[in-house]
Amino acid sequence: MEHIVIIGNGISGVTAARHIRKSSNKKITIVSAESKYFFSRTALMYVYMGHMKFEHTQPYENWFWKKNNILLKQGFVSNIHPHKKQLEFKNGETLSFDKLIIATGSKPNKFGWPGQDLEGVMGMYHKQDLEKLEKYAPDNKACNNAVIVGGGLIGIELAEMLRSRKIPVTFLVREASFWNGVLPAQESEMINNHIKEHHIDLRLNTNLKEIKSDENGRVKSVIIEETGEEIFCNVVGLTAGVMPNIDFLKASGIALGRGVKVNRFLETNIKDIYAIGDCAEQHEAIGQRRNIEAVWYTGRMMGETLAQTICGNKTEYKPGHWFNSAKFLDIEYQTYGWVFSERGKKENETYFQWQHPKEQKCITISFNKNTNQFLGINTFGIRMRHDIFNKWLTENQTIEHVLEYLADANFDPEFYKLHEPEIVAKFNQENNTNIQTKKKSWKRIFNKA
Amino acid sequence: MKVIKQSGLIIFLVGLAIFVGTIFTGSFSLNQSDLDTFIKEKNYENAVIKSNLEEAIVTSEDLNIFQFSKRVTKAYESSNLYYDHLIQKYNKEKNWNEKGKQYQYKIGGKPHSLSFILAKKAGKGWAAENTTLMWFLTFGLGIIGALLFIVPDVVLLGKPGIKNDGIFLDAATNRGWIGWFAFVFLVTFYILLYFYPDLIVNWVFLVDPISASLSGNPASQWFLYGFLYCTVMTVMAVRMYVKYRHNKYQILRTTSVLFFQIVFAFLIPEILVRFEKPWYDFKNAFPLDYDFFFRWNLDELLSSGGFGLFILVWGVVLTVVIVPIMVYFFGKRWYCSWVCGCGGLAETLGDPYRQLSSKTLLSWKFERIIIHSVLIFVLVMTGFALYTFFSGANQVIGIKTQTIQDIYGFLIGAIFAGVIGTGFYPIFGNRVWCRFGCPLAAYLGFIQRFKSKFRITTNGGQCISCGNCSTYCEQGIDVRAYAQKGENIVRSSCVGCGICSAVCPRGVLKLENGPEDGRINPTEILLGNDVDLMNFINQK
Repeated sequence: MEHIVIIGNGISGVTAARHIRKSSNKKITIVSAESKYFFSRTALMYVYMGHMKFEHTQPYENWFWKKNNILLKQGFVSNIHPHKKQLEFKNGETLSFDKLIIATGSKPNKFGWPGQDLEGVMGMYHKQDLEKLEKYAPDNKACNNAVIVGGGLIGIELAEMLRSRKIPVTFLVREASFWNGVLPAQESEMINNHIKEHHIDLRLNTNLKEIKSDENGRVKSVIIEETGEEIFCNVVGLTAGVMPNIDFLKASGIALGRGVKVNRFLETNIKDIYAIGDCAEQHEAIGQRRNIEAVWYTGRMMGETLAQTICGNKTEYKPGHWFNSAKFLDIEYQTYGWVFSERGKKENETYFQWQHPKEQKCITISFNKNTNQFLGINTFGIRMRHDIFNKWLTENQTIEHVLEYLADANFDPEFYKLHEPEIVAKFNQENNTNIQTKKKSWKRIFNKA
Repeated sequence: MKVIKQSGLIIFLVGLAIFVGTIFTGSFSLNQSDLDTFIKEKNYENAVIKSNLEEAIVTSEDLNIFQFSKRVTKAYESSNLYYDHLIQKYNKEKNWNEKGKQYQYKIGGKPHSLSFILAKKAGKGWAAENTTLMWFLTFGLGIIGALLFIVPDVVLLGKPGIKNDGIFLDAATNRGWIGWFAFVFLVTFYILLYFYPDLIVNWVFLVDPISASLSGNPASQWFLYGFLYCTVMTVMAVRMYVKYRHNKYQILRTTSVLFFQIVFAFLIPEILVRFEKPWYDFKNAFPLDYDFFFRWNLDELLSSGGFGLFILVWGVVLTVVIVPIMVYFFGKRWYCSWVCGCGGLAETLGDPYRQLSSKTLLSWKFERIIIHSVLIFVLVMTGFALYTFFSGANQVIGIKTQTIQDIYGFLIGAIFAGVIGTGFYPIFGNRVWCRFGCPLAAYLGFIQRFKSKFRITTNGGQCISCGNCSTYCEQGIDVRAYAQKGENIVRSSCVGCGICSAVCPRGVLKLENGPEDGRINPTEILLGNDVDLMNFINQK
């Protein structure tokens, strides 16, 4: 029986394992050093915040793995010997495979800051980071100030976590506005304000110079690059993005770039060795995607796809239309298709934007200013239907069509106030059009029209 | 604000302490004429009980309620024992005539209920005599304290949004000592209410004036329960309004359950009594209303003229027509979390405990076995009751209808729905009764699962498996198991509270009533991946 070994029990590896099991009886082993059972990394924050217990982050009960005949092995892989088809563990053990899937995910970026390895300095990525945070920042007596470095999704989550225990937070963001490499200015600005509303000391245009230690090797303070200001703190969170977690592969002969180099079939340069998820790097970017996509959904899709190849149905990784979501403190964010920030926007792309006068809700629709083709939408504080936008993107609909049928796409809970009329009225006014909103239709939503 | 909150807690605890302490106050003794009236009302032809009771409670002694209750129950016990001995004696002597005569002197009914009636007449002291003051010191302080504790959260919780910080770090909401304390308190309360009502007669005095103003009658323990129920629901509904103020679905739903509890379950029935009509809760559908087809109820309805007949027809139409049609269009939520009193308490008092319900596959198995057993039990029992009603025979295949009704009333009506159903909130989560026991929920569940427009739609591929939805599902549904596969949630047990949708950080879940076609959508590959692959796998 063919033995499939998967390194990493995150969403990519586990999805691959589940789908291989669905269509074969191959022997499957999942290796992880982090935790025995699969858990949802994105939910770690809720454990610290007391919304959940760690066990709640585990999508499958513990009996699931045995019942589905998926072996779990805890251990840290230190090297891979492709020609012997063997893994070597840190403790000297070995494990043979017929096919190997590398799904080791990411690790937090560190940019060589002085003091970046001090006690009390941590990322917020692994289960062990959560344990560290619980140790160094159990409450606002043990931790009377925390500094977060790096204004991305993990940074704002870490800030939210610490604030849930009333720990003062200083949030250092290199950019002039939060996540403005991704978000249009209107939205980035709204999030800036929202961060401040949560009593987080947001410092824009601010870089870290160094982290200083006390006499016991614990973090004492950070120094700001621009001003030289010293901010005293007990904990430093480094959340300046992530990079593929592939150091253990350096001697393996597997081709590496920033990540594990793979082709569209998720194959590495060595036969029978594959890489998926955050650690995989496409030779050529797919569409407008990045070569490395560190997103939950893409990890899952790669797992779904590779399982087909492993089970004899060779399948190219062909992700559909881009989508993503996040939550910034109280504000939910969804995106479908491509909306680039002002910095990344191409010449033929333009925005239509609407913002609620009082509440924290806004949308940006990106469209081709020559053809009016709808390119993508960002929504804040409004939920949208994934399949409707997926359909519109596939059909290359125009922005007029999207606005006309916007009610079909709304996914807010029942009785919520809907804003389609205001949104469309604003577009009509700006563009001298006369689009009339259509009422929501189940027929259209279910694609029967 | 924090100070207001903390003083609210202190005021609440003081009110609670006085409330509990009230039980131990007062003195209980009956004068001869009251006892004579009682014995006349009860038609006791029994000399022993009369002298026993006289000796026991017509006294100048200062009896507290415990001594009083003990004496009364003992009086009944020894009276019954006396006649039991006589029966045995005549049996031995084969004096059938005399033996037969003795049975009329045996007194049925629950001793503590009889003791309650006597205590109600016999009570003196703070609760019975300074009712208004004592009401204020108990209910009043409790309400004021609780509101002072709850309302500052408008500011303290910060901006509107999901506020679940610290729930699993708090002894009250994570089965800590406060949770266990609440558990013991609630269980004790229900045991007293159902089985030792005489011991809480002082509480009943507190609501006498309110009862009198509504129905014209003095309060019973059930009136006390109804009043307390409404009070607790109202106060905890304020908590819901504060906590979910960003979510209109929750606001409307809370208002709806509160309205139906106060108006339909509390005010209308009491006012009906004032007009000498039968006490009836128009929204309480059979088989949750399990004694609707009991002989005594049918007799009462049939003897109440046109109005009684109307209730009878309404009760049948509600269960047979209205309930299933509404479930078809809206799911069982229209009843369970918009109308029902049990649901109402679970969604207000129980809301802080929703995360404690077990999500394991094993508990789902138990749930299905238990709830459907209760449904079968209630249907068989009702079959017996109707057979008895129409045929006049008081037993079916050798089983007495009364016995099976008593067993149901004790095991399901009191122990399961009350003691366990509510008492276990702080341990097993709210909705223990609704999830494991309610036969109406089981019935609605069948319709919801097999013939309804209701579903919780999963939004394409947006799920990140975080588990908030499952954690906060009061019915113990592993919502995530469906959402992470891109499948809609179509479960018979879902009461449509909408919290999964509220707590989802990625906007994945929406409760909706849509076309039946496509409601159930098994998927393997989620939306967002290669279209060809999705078609290939999902349609396999």
